[in-house]
Amino acid sequence: MMNCKEATQLLSQGQERTLTLVERLGLKLHLLICKGCRASERHFDFLRTAARRIGSPEP
Amino acid sequence: MKTDELQRVFAAMRSQMLRFARLQLRSEAAAEDAVQEALLAAHMAADQFAGASSVRTWVFSILKNKIIDELRRRVREGNVMDFAAAEDEMKDIDELFDQRGHWAAPPMAWPDPEAALDNQQFWVVFEACLDGVPPKHGRIFMMREILGLETEEICKELAISPSNCWVLLHRARLGLRECLSQRWFGEQK
Ligand SMILES: [Zn+2]
Repeated sequence: MMNCKEATQLLSQGQERTLTLVERLGLKLHLLICKGCRASERHFDFLRTAARRIGSPEP
Repeated sequence: MKTDELQRVFAAMRSQMLRFARLQLRSEAAAEDAVQEALLAAHMAADQFAGASSVRTWVFSILKNKIIDELRRRVREGNVMDFAAAEDEMKDIDELFDQRGHWAAPPMAWPDPEAALDNQQFWVVFEACLDGVPPKHGRIFMMREILGLETEEICKELAISPSNCWVLLHRARLGLRECLSQRWFGEQK
């Protein structure tokens, strides 16, 4: 079973590249049992949303 | 668009553009230059714009390109930190996990994060966090997420491997999350 450090690595890399099937399954399994990493997944998504807003031309 | 109309749109955008450029370039003078050049370019293309929103979109994409050019120039001139040597900045991230790689203190879900996006004060904190993480992390995160460069381009620009790039982005995201948890979402540890 992967640990939280590895799981957050994959969460981050999932924003950069397509994860392999094995990586996706391992991550899914970890997220099922780990609340901290589930929260991290949403946090990372939010960081991306917020950062993109800064670069958007809307006033 | 008419010139006076265009001037009004420019005036309204200027401070947002300056903030944006300052955050990326870390230099008041370089930010001023980039904004000035972008506005000048837009000025010369004034006939093409149908309305304020098309001007904004256009000027912002010019500004992003100016910033990217300036960052490239700095890399070329060696006037940039050494991205390959990131080891020194790993300590604070390692403290988040125990020896087995599990959370030392698991992060909590944020209450209603979307609401923060409409809060002026949130953006002040967000920018402070971008400034507060180690400079390499902040720089690479902004290149990726704010300037919208692809990871491959960033690797090439900074002469680092993709895996190195991923490591830095991972650390940047963890650092920013910690900062926002503490300074905005009020997570108690
Ligand atoms: Zn976990």
